[in-house]
Amino acid sequence: MSVVQSVDNVALLPAYLAAGTAVFVLLVDLVLARAGATVAAAGVGAVATAAGAALTGAGETRRTFCVGADCSWLADDRAALVAVVFALLTLGVLAISWPLLRSGPTPVGEYCFLLACSMTGGVVLGAAGDLITLIVALETLTLPLYVLVGLRRGSVASAEAAVTFFVVSVVATTLTLLGAALLYAVTGGVHLGRLGALFGERPELLDVPLTTAAVALVVLGLAFKVAAVPFHAWAPATYDGAPLPVAAYLSTASKLGGVVALLAVVERALPATVTGPVLALLAVLTMTVGNLVALRQRRTVRLLAWSSVAQAGYILAPLGALALAAGRTDEARAAAYAAAVAYAVFFVLLELAAFAAVVTLRPAGADGGTLDDLRGAARRRPWVGGAFALALVGLAGLPPGLAGLFAKVTVVRSLLDGGAGWLALVVAVNAVIGLAYYLRLAATLWAAPTADGAPAPARPAGAVAAALAVATALAVLVGFAPQLVLDLAAR
Amino acid sequence: MTYGQFLLVAVLAVPALGALAVATVPRDRAARLVGTVAAGLALVPAVLLGVGDHNWFGYGPSPGVRPWHQLDLPWVPGLDLRFHLGVDGISWPLVVLTALLTLLCCGYTLWRVPAGGGSGRALVALLLVVEVGILGTFLALDMVLFFLFFEVVLLPMYAIIAGWGGADRRRAARKFALYTLFGSVLLLVGVYTVVAAAGTADIVALTGGAGLSRNTQLAAFTLLAVAFAVKSPLWPLHSWLPAAHTQAPTVGSVILAGVLLKMGTYGLIRVAVGVAPEGARWAAPVLGVLAVAAIIVGSLVCLAQDELKRLIAYSSVGHMGFVLLGVATLTTTGLQAALIGNIAHGIITGLLFFLAGAVKDRAHTGALDELSGLRETAPRLAGLLGFAAVASLGLPGLAGFWGEAFAVVAAVRRGGPLWTTLAVLAAVGGALTAAYFLRLLRRVTHGRPSPAVDRVGPGLAAAELTAWVPLVLLALAVGLVPTLVLGYATGPVEALLEVVR
Repeated sequence: MSVVQSVDNVALLPAYLAAGTAVFVLLVDLVLARAGATVAAAGVGAVATAAGAALTGAGETRRTFCVGADCSWLADDRAALVAVVFALLTLGVLAISWPLLRSGPTPVGEYCFLLACSMTGGVVLGAAGDLITLIVALETLTLPLYVLVGLRRGSVASAEAAVTFFVVSVVATTLTLLGAALLYAVTGGVHLGRLGALFGERPELLDVPLTTAAVALVVLGLAFKVAAVPFHAWAPATYDGAPLPVAAYLSTASKLGGVVALLAVVERALPATVTGPVLALLAVLTMTVGNLVALRQRRTVRLLAWSSVAQAGYILAPLGALALAAGRTDEARAAAYAAAVAYAVFFVLLELAAFAAVVTLRPAGADGGTLDDLRGAARRRPWVGGAFALALVGLAGLPPGLAGLFAKVTVVRSLLDGGAGWLALVVAVNAVIGLAYYLRLAATLWAAPTADGAPAPARPAGAVAAALAVATALAVLVGFAPQLVLDLAAR
Repeated sequence: MTYGQFLLVAVLAVPALGALAVATVPRDRAARLVGTVAAGLALVPAVLLGVGDHNWFGYGPSPGVRPWHQLDLPWVPGLDLRFHLGVDGISWPLVVLTALLTLLCCGYTLWRVPAGGGSGRALVALLLVVEVGILGTFLALDMVLFFLFFEVVLLPMYAIIAGWGGADRRRAARKFALYTLFGSVLLLVGVYTVVAAAGTADIVALTGGAGLSRNTQLAAFTLLAVAFAVKSPLWPLHSWLPAAHTQAPTVGSVILAGVLLKMGTYGLIRVAVGVAPEGARWAAPVLGVLAVAAIIVGSLVCLAQDELKRLIAYSSVGHMGFVLLGVATLTTTGLQAALIGNIAHGIITGLLFFLAGAVKDRAHTGALDELSGLRETAPRLAGLLGFAAVASLGLPGLAGFWGEAFAVVAAVRRGGPLWTTLAVLAAVGGALTAAYFLRLLRRVTHGRPSPAVDRVGPGLAAAELTAWVPLVLLALAVGLVPTLVLGYATGPVEALLEVVR
């Protein structure tokens, strides 16, 4: 075997661009030392990454870093979709970070650099073809966030959030690594495709207790990243303590990272007979607990955090159909994965819009505040209030938030195609519970303001308004043409 | 695009564009005027849909649904969703009723915006959006599209109750939203149970069972029937209705009772019975028993009510019980009774809520204890209230008679001890209906004027008369010439039962 590998640099283009963005931002900050230039550099980098990923994805599937037939880097359509979504999310979060960065003590260069690093992790994650690349990419995605969460200087809550997040996340990664190591011990492979093929060829491997333990460790470790119940406890405290844009990034990009990693291992590597029941249970617990606890929240970001826990449950739900034999036909499996991806895309779009609206309605650099702080906000700012309500209603899965409605429909459909009617009913009932708190938040926006009246905040920064407008416009667009997302997700 | 397809699109597009226009017009009164004009324009294509030749031409076995006009465009192939609209004799009267009631409500809002803080402009826009949802539900010939329009109605109606309602409106609105969402998510699961088994969501193709297995049909019918029972509402799933009606503004109550509830009964006939006939036959006795329970319970509760709007709301539970009894018999007579009962209830209860709103606006109370002697101070209002109450209790010659009488007749004809008993009980319920409406009239219009009623002036505003007169005339017309509705429905109902049996 040749020792020299040929490397397909075109396949790696998105990763180069993302990593280059981080370096570029650092240089611009060093040379120009102006906040605007640094943010602009990061923004340009994110756009370039998205464009590069789209270009790479437009061609046929490219593979590189191969050993025999097994490749560590698979630049297929799914990878391109993931990379584009990560880059655009980063761009959106940069835009809504502008008031925070302008207002005060947050170091702009470091902030943008860390965000770009995290984006690099996300871009690599989508293309990862083996467990080690996958875990390293996921850590690259998460590691900068420990620092970003703690960036609100002088805030005890922020520091606490950072430490909680750090400890929980490191434990989760260790679990996943241990699981990967055990899998290697059982099978001698780490490539996702090879693992899948091995389990297919030698079903007796499944009877080894070590296999079950290894699979469980990998899945549960990744469940931490998705903030699935019962591994969710870190999420609300972390979201609430982090600066608002970072909370937005955590609940969109970071969660998407967990979902992508989980999908990769479940789809390609691990046996569905073992993962299916575990995921079904996780999905039921996650959406039910997330929704029930969200009902009682009084702080805006905590409410959104718990709701995003519940949403993770809806994303996992289609995979739960794999628990049943009817859900394991090739067609039903493909539908389930596509449904999970499609739901995730719809969700991050609506969630980003919701966070952008919160940022717009709050004073620059402030935290999310309580629900009462938002009383009557839509009366002062009808357009922002309308966009916020549209995002919330979409998350609840009702018209006029058609994007969210189609997301729920996709999930229910894939479940019924897979014969998991009971899980579809659980999803349905959860949608009703979910509406209760989304409606409460949306109704607060139009409630009569309190007597003392929150001071009318200054006009929002143009960048935030633009991010909100673009996210809302995209949500409306995919609401009327959901086939765009469904096609991308199914490839 | 043919003339019929143009009309189908126009019926939905005109109110939708109207809502947008209302939202962009800055001045409140001008915006309300624009909205009323849009509602009026929407009535035109709605009426025109029914004009013309209704013969159905086709080859092969005749399907259970034979639309006069239809439009079929792909929308989201990945979810089996097609933009498939169509109209026939079952849906057309409901379409016209919806367009008419929305126009009357918009016109009424032009004259008076209910207190509660919201602007009249937003109310008119929401009314138009609700209209789009209801019309879409009646016109949809694709199950997924049907579900989509079914959901569109939910939040605008919530906003109407929460924004312009009475003192306890938030709780009532939330209850309405959560209950009906519970119904619609079951509808979603039911729809995709059918779609997953049949591979298509086309109602025309699916009507008659289309080779669905017995188990699928039972599961689908159960889910769909519960979903529609929440919306109709069927006892014991009705408890959102009185709260919502009592708190909603007058126009909200009119739309809610007049056409929104019909989405449930219409869905039961078109979707649940049509798509899962075996499930319908299996569940018919249960539906029948629940329907009769609704009639009896509704009437008994009404006898004990002491709030005007609450009483009318509960009377809806009883009336919808008659409609569901008609559907449950699965006979031509029964389904026709259900259809005409639907229309009659929409006309009469719409009128009743308009009148109750007028009484409450003038006397500032709806409590029966504080109302009496209305005919002394406001004879014309009292006369109209008497007319509407008598129409609602089913006096022959007025619209309410046909639906109730023929539901009972259908149950008798169905035969067997169960259905005969149900028919007898339903007839007793009919008598109770008369009892509580007469009690209502005795309390409100007769006797010496109470202090609250003493302040009421005799005059009626022109806007009020404009809103009420069409309904009074329709109640008379449908009562005297029931073929206005039944003439259109006979063909479609027989076609449906042909494939269902």
